[in-house]
This record gives sequence, C-alpha cells and structure tokens, in this order.
Amino acid sequence: MNAIPAFVQPLFNFLNLPEWLQFVLWTAATAVAMFLAIIIFMAFLTLAERRVIGSMQARIGPNRIKVFGLPFFRGLAQPFADVIKLMFKEIILPTGANKFLFILAPLLTAIPALATWAVMPFWPGFTVADVDAGLLYILALTSTGVYGVILAGWSSNSKYAFLGAMRAAAQVVAYEIAMGFALVGVVMATGSLNLGDIIEAQRGGIHHWLFVWLFPLFIIYFISGIAETNRAPFDVVEGESEIVAGFHVDYSGMAFALFFVAEYINMILISALTSIFFLGGWLSPFAEMQSLPAILTTSGLHWLVFKICFFLFCFLWFRATFPRYRYDQIMRLGWKVFIPLTLVWITVEAVLAIFRIGPFARLMVG
Amino acid sequence: MSFTQILFYFFSIVLVISATGVITARNPVYSALWLVLSFFNSAIIWMLMEAEFLAIVLVLVYVGAVMVLFLFVVMMLDIKVEELRAGITKYAWLGLPVALVVIGEIGSVVWVKSSGSAPLGLSSVASPAAYALDYSNTKALGQLLYTEYLYPLQLAASILLIAIVVAIVLTMRKRPGQKLQDISAQVAVKASDRVRIVKVAAVQPDADQQVEGQS
Repeated sequence: MNAIPAFVQPLFNFLNLPEWLQFVLWTAATAVAMFLAIIIFMAFLTLAERRVIGSMQARIGPNRIKVFGLPFFRGLAQPFADVIKLMFKEIILPTGANKFLFILAPLLTAIPALATWAVMPFWPGFTVADVDAGLLYILALTSTGVYGVILAGWSSNSKYAFLGAMRAAAQVVAYEIAMGFALVGVVMATGSLNLGDIIEAQRGGIHHWLFVWLFPLFIIYFISGIAETNRAPFDVVEGESEIVAGFHVDYSGMAFALFFVAEYINMILISALTSIFFLGGWLSPFAEMQSLPAILTTSGLHWLVFKICFFLFCFLWFRATFPRYRYDQIMRLGWKVFIPLTLVWITVEAVLAIFRIGPFARLMVG
Repeated sequence: MSFTQILFYFFSIVLVISATGVITARNPVYSALWLVLSFFNSAIIWMLMEAEFLAIVLVLVYVGAVMVLFLFVVMMLDIKVEELRAGITKYAWLGLPVALVVIGEIGSVVWVKSSGSAPLGLSSVASPAAYALDYSNTKALGQLLYTEYLYPLQLAASILLIAIVVAIVLTMRKRPGQKLQDISAQVAVKASDRVRIVKVAAVQPDADQQVEGQS
C-alpha cells in the first residue's frame, strides 16, 4: 500500500475527503499515470524499432513527420501519425466471423498486458499495488494473454488465422513452463515472491545481482520471453511467409492496432521483468564506487529504464539478425532443451543451498 | 451488508451464471469460455477469503494452461453438440436422483450449520478473523506442505509423474512407415554433404559453349 505523499496531502485535506476516498483517489491517480507513461513509452518503441532496424539494414526508416513542423528530430511524430491513421480506418467484420469474439479478442490481449504492470516496482518504495505474491500474479496474468490470440484466430473464420492461433496456443504453453521454472530459481535465490523484495535481495553491487549465479536461467528466461511475446525469431504465429499474417490477418483499424499495443507492451514488460529478476531492477551497478557522480551511484527509476532499454534493443537486434525458427524446432527448443536445463539448474541451486554458498545460503536448509 | 459481502454475492452470482453457461452453451468453444469465466470468479472468491495463493494458482494453472489446451482441442475437432445430445432424454432420469442427492447434501450441511439461528443465513457461521496485512498465505501454505504434509505431497507428486509417463507411453505408437526428423543429424550436416563443388575448365569465347564446360 502506498503512502500518500506530502505534496498531495494538503489538497486532500482542503477538499475534506474521507480517508478511504483519499486512498482510492491516490491509487487511481498513480495507476493512470503509469498507464499513460507505458503507452507513451510503447509509442516511441515502435518508432525506435523502425529506426534501429532501418539502420541495421542500411536504410533510413521513418524520417518525415516532424513535431509541429520543428526542424529537428525528424520522424519523432511518426507514432502519432500512425495512431491517427489507424483510428480513422474502418474496422471490417468478416462475413463468417463470430462478431462478439472477434471484437473481444483484441481487448483480451491488451488488458492482461496492461494489468500486469500493477505490481511492477519502479523505484525504491513505489509500486502501484505492493502485492505479496506479485511474481505469481505476473505469471498468472501473462499466461492469460494468449486467449486473445486464440480467439482472434478462431473467430475470424479463416484458415490462416486459425493456424496462427493453434501455433500461438502450443508455443505459449510450452515456453510458459520454462519461464516458470526459471522464476523458481529466482525465488530460491531471493526467498520472496514480492518483486520489491527480490530487488532488495540483490543489493550490494553488481556481483550480487542474480544473473551471476543464475546465468543459464537468465538466458533461458529472456529467450522464453521473446517466444512468449511472439517476436522474431519465434514469430511463427504471424509468419508472413507461410500464413500471411497469422491470427490478425482479418483485423483492421484500431482492432489491429490493439494487438500491436499488446505485443509492444509485453516486450517492455519482459524487459522490465528480466532486469528486475536478474539485473537488480532499479539498483545501481556502481553503488559501491563513491567517487562517481551521484546519478550513477544512486538507485532509481533511471537505472530500471536504462536496463529496460538495453533489453528492448536486444529484441530489435534479434529481429534484424536472426532468421525465423522452423515451427517444430521452436517446440523442440522449448520442451526438450529449456525445460531440462532449468530443472538441472534448480537442482544445482539446491546443492549450493545445502552447502550454503552464495545467495542460496538464505534458504533455510537442514 | 459489508462491502466484502456485496462483492461475494456479486461474484457468486456471476459464477453460477457462468457455470450454467458451461452446460447450456450450444457451441463447445463458448462452453470452454464460460468455464474460463467461472474459474476467474472462483479465484476471486478465494481471494476474498484471503487465500491468494490458491486463487492465483487457479488462474495460472487452469486458465493459463489447461483451458488453453482445452480450447486447442475443442477448436481443432469439429464437435457437433446436437448429435451428442441426441439421446439425452433416454438417460435424463439417471441424472435426476444424482442431482437430488447433491441438493440434499448441500441442504443438510447448510441446515446443520445454521441450526439454532436464522436458517440459511451466512451470518449464522462466524467468519474467521481477518489476518494482518503482512500475513503471507503463500508462506504459510509452503511451510505446512513441506514439513507436516511432506510425505503426502511427495506421494501426490510421484502419482502425477507416473500418470504423465503412462500418458506418453500410451499415446506414443511406433507404426511402420513413420517419417521422423533426426534433429541432431540435421544440425550436424556439413556444406560438403549437400553441395558438390565442381571444377569447370575455363572456356574460350570462340569455342562451342553448349558442349564444353557442362560435364
């Protein structure tokens, strides 16, 4: 539960609001602020993706639309132009489609993607909802996101869309297990399901961050995250070359855009979770070096954003460099490589815990 | 009525409606979706009872994995519910006594619990005191499961493991003429296995190009 900060308290006192209403208003305000911040971040991520991949492929990318006609930062207003264009496009309902589910599906992908952010710790002491079982909450909500994709594919009444939906269902279920096991390793090392506590457990310099001890789990978690968000090289759900555009082939306008909003928000989410679980979230890597300027040594939102941006760049980098996986190889990687590897590393952690080595000494064994 | 009670009644009503939807929907995909909704509502009711671990795990396991696979199967197979329901009147009388027994059981429990005070009143059963804000249901459950109930837990786990192995063994049929990919052979393939580089002698411009150089 967040305490109402001192600068808002006079306003609430002036309005003479009861305490429960103050709490509700403040929580709602933080939630709306976080929502807007994520949407804006997502909008510029789409621009960043096109510019970064453009430059990797030796072309320019969108560079035309200027902010209020200003001569610098050409192309910066591209996301807004895209949104305005998509909003004014017609949402076409295919004749054979199941109308209710067809409209419901994009909402079902976007809502869990946004709701997951509620338990995210942004800086020391700030979370919209400081849930004790935050890690489980995140696992539960990310696993429900696939319903939108499945229903979109089924309700469009198209073979391509349906194939995309089937692929999505199998792929997400497969990689969720590897992700869950990787997080079991994190919970074993930190002894908590609360995201804020998981970050606090990594305090004390870069060598205390979990990626040192859980390196295989760190790699597996991030790769599974890419597969969960259906991004290249695991984007067989869309698979332009085989099934046109997969599950969203029949969508247009804002309904189509919502799928992409969900996909990009999930990318940011996976980047944020990877940095929280394995790279110490908002902790500074130079916390011990007092000779550096204060902005580098203090922990805070800037470090979390920096780490998120690093992983997002990796997402774009992978998309520009790796060819698409074959479908059966995706399944093989998920079931036959990642799950056994995570199980082995959990066993290694248990052995380390028995001998009280590293962060695993925290576990109460024997 | 307190706010929690209003929430409880609201989600219970939605739960009952969605559970009815599971068995009355004509389309099996709709049935599965009603089931998802009822899982969500039962999770919320558990959450109201401060059992947040069970609630989240219900969503995680049943909604996130089991129902996805269910939908997968239901969408793949073209199930005609009308055909399945063809003989329903023939067997309906069997269901009636079962339903009566279940109703009797629920009724007797409510009766016993509420005897002496107002009948059928939830208020007749004292609700347990709410836990403190820092109480962790997950931690309490883990402590019990891994100390007091360690052997039952291990036993349940091994039964599940056996079930998984048996399910795989039963469905993995080796029949002749099966075409399987050997992934390790595919990965280990060298360029020299696939492409033969042939040295072709240079050809003079005035020579007959159709014949020479095409060995």
